[in-house]
Amino acid sequence: MRNLIPILFMGALPALLPAQPDAAEILRKIDHQMVTESSEATATMIITNRRGRESRITSRSWSKGETTSMVEYLSPAREKGVKMLRLDDVLWMYTPQADRVIQISGHMLRQSVSGSDLSYEDMVDNGKLLDIYDAAVVGEAEFMERPCYVLRLRAKKDADEVTYAQRKVWVDKTRFLPLKEERYAKNGSTLLKNFEIRSVQKIGDRWYPKEMFFKDVLANGQGTRYIIDDIKFNVDIPDYMFTKAALRE
Amino acid sequence: MFRFLMKGMLRDRHRSLLPSIVVALGVMLTVFMFAYMKGVFDDFFNNAALYDSGHVKITSRAYYEEKDVLPNDLAMEDGPALMKMLRGEYPELEWSERVKFGGLLDAFDENRETRAQVGAAGIGIDFFGPDTAERKRWNLSAGLQSGTLPQKSGDILMGKTLASQMKLGAGDEVTLISSTVNGSMVLQNFNVAGIIYFGTPPMDKGMFLADINDAKYMLDMGDWSSEVLGYFNTPYYDDVRARDLAASFNAAHSDSSDRFSPQMVVMLDDAGLSEYFGYAEKAGSIVSFIMIFAMGVVLWNTGLMGAIRRYGEMGLRLAVGESKAHVYLSLILESLGIAIMGTAVGTMFGLGFSYWLQEVGFNIGSMMGDSEMLMPTIIRAHITPTAFYIGFFPGVFATLLGSALSGLRIFKRDTASLFKELEI
Repeated sequence: MRNLIPILFMGALPALLPAQPDAAEILRKIDHQMVTESSEATATMIITNRRGRESRITSRSWSKGETTSMVEYLSPAREKGVKMLRLDDVLWMYTPQADRVIQISGHMLRQSVSGSDLSYEDMVDNGKLLDIYDAAVVGEAEFMERPCYVLRLRAKKDADEVTYAQRKVWVDKTRFLPLKEERYAKNGSTLLKNFEIRSVQKIGDRWYPKEMFFKDVLANGQGTRYIIDDIKFNVDIPDYMFTKAALRE
Repeated sequence: MFRFLMKGMLRDRHRSLLPSIVVALGVMLTVFMFAYMKGVFDDFFNNAALYDSGHVKITSRAYYEEKDVLPNDLAMEDGPALMKMLRGEYPELEWSERVKFGGLLDAFDENRETRAQVGAAGIGIDFFGPDTAERKRWNLSAGLQSGTLPQKSGDILMGKTLASQMKLGAGDEVTLISSTVNGSMVLQNFNVAGIIYFGTPPMDKGMFLADINDAKYMLDMGDWSSEVLGYFNTPYYDDVRARDLAASFNAAHSDSSDRFSPQMVVMLDDAGLSEYFGYAEKAGSIVSFIMIFAMGVVLWNTGLMGAIRRYGEMGLRLAVGESKAHVYLSLILESLGIAIMGTAVGTMFGLGFSYWLQEVGFNIGSMMGDSEMLMPTIIRAHITPTAFYIGFFPGVFATLLGSALSGLRIFKRDTASLFKELEI
């Protein structure tokens, strides 16, 4: 019996240690926080160019599901009325100045959005992480005084062409928000973009980013802050909003 | 003695005709080749100055470091103040502001849907300024194929081949998809006022000219200036003058610690043409050297043939007591006369042919194919003051060299055997 006690104790040891998190479950929780059925938001993008000067763009956006969204620029005056419509993997842009609707495709998708550190690909690439990546927990760390899981994400073989083939993500252990990301090219070693969530907000029972920071490592700018001024989830948006005809209105 | 020799030469055509023709041909080729090379190089440099560099160019230091990617976001601030200063302090040059940009030209149908898209380069030039010399400098009226020169804001001139490729004509509207200095994508509509023939294949295939204010507005540049080009009031580039000016400007106005301070660069450094300019400067020497060598060999041979024909005459002259040196000197003097005569005739014909090539030109457009060089399709000679005397160097020097070499045989004649030889 004396010999049995340690054995029983050893058998119970895994249950006493902190549970090893399942990476797929973490991704599912992130998707639950970040992906909504529909939303309507007003945001400000603050871009610092390589001369160190700031420019601000405010926009209003509507989204439905994972692949349908519309963005309209509200300011500055020069950009006012510019609209972008995403329908599945296709992005359309309308500028009132030229009264033209053009499809943004091919290499244009890799261009910066309004001089920011976001590309048009970044705008299109917002599906559920769980559908796109295989994940593994590679460690734990603290970021902005929040304990995090560190995940390594690799694009699934059967996933469609993805913008970032690999990501390293610092996920808040309790809020399940990706507080920090390093986004890599296919080779896994070329860092393309850094992303951080600098402040968060709680809307209903959902934690959501309030201010984000993007830095295109290959660009000369000093980074882009993206601040969500106002956001509503699960709002009723008419389907007409997501048509090419709506771009001109 | 010279007069006596001249008489002999004119009366005995065998002595003068062939060498004169050889000299005249050689000199004609020298003059023509020199004027041709001058013309090709000058056109090349003028094209570079017109389209790209000016005789001097002012940009910010930061812009110059990345000039190949047209970094308009690194332009100089307060362009109007800079232009005012340049026109006040350096009135001996004509100053022109330029902005270069690129993008996709998008031709659309009646539903405003894309019909054709082509990558193109644009240059913003001052079409409408009260003091602008750009219309004249670009010789726009002469190159206009259809339509008109720009009359109002929004008008552009489009390269002939580019317009044809996009099936655009004068009066059509086209959208340029580009990006502002802040990196925002911008769509700007332009009206094709006219179709222009630049005469330089890469430009005809992919370039259009817009008004600089339209270009700056589209790029959201405000009053920034990307490039300010300076042109001397001379048709051709003067490197010494340009370098002196650049040195004094940079000493007075450029600050190496400020990336956005203006910096003046001379055309050869900006366009990387120093090596070509060196060749152009040496064109006369290169042509002269080749001609001296070639003609020297021919005239040496001619002299040898003459010496064989005049073997008896030389012998008799030596036999009656004329010194070998005197006979040799008379040969040299004869050749000098031939040289002057042949050179004068050769220069005259050379200048004549050069003048024809300068005025009429020779169209090599069909031979250039898809060449990306900024070369004009019509090659022209350029007659400079040097062309009037360049032929005298090979003409005179080669003739004297040929005679001097062939005449050396005189010193090998054995006086003792002269009478035996003359019995023949």
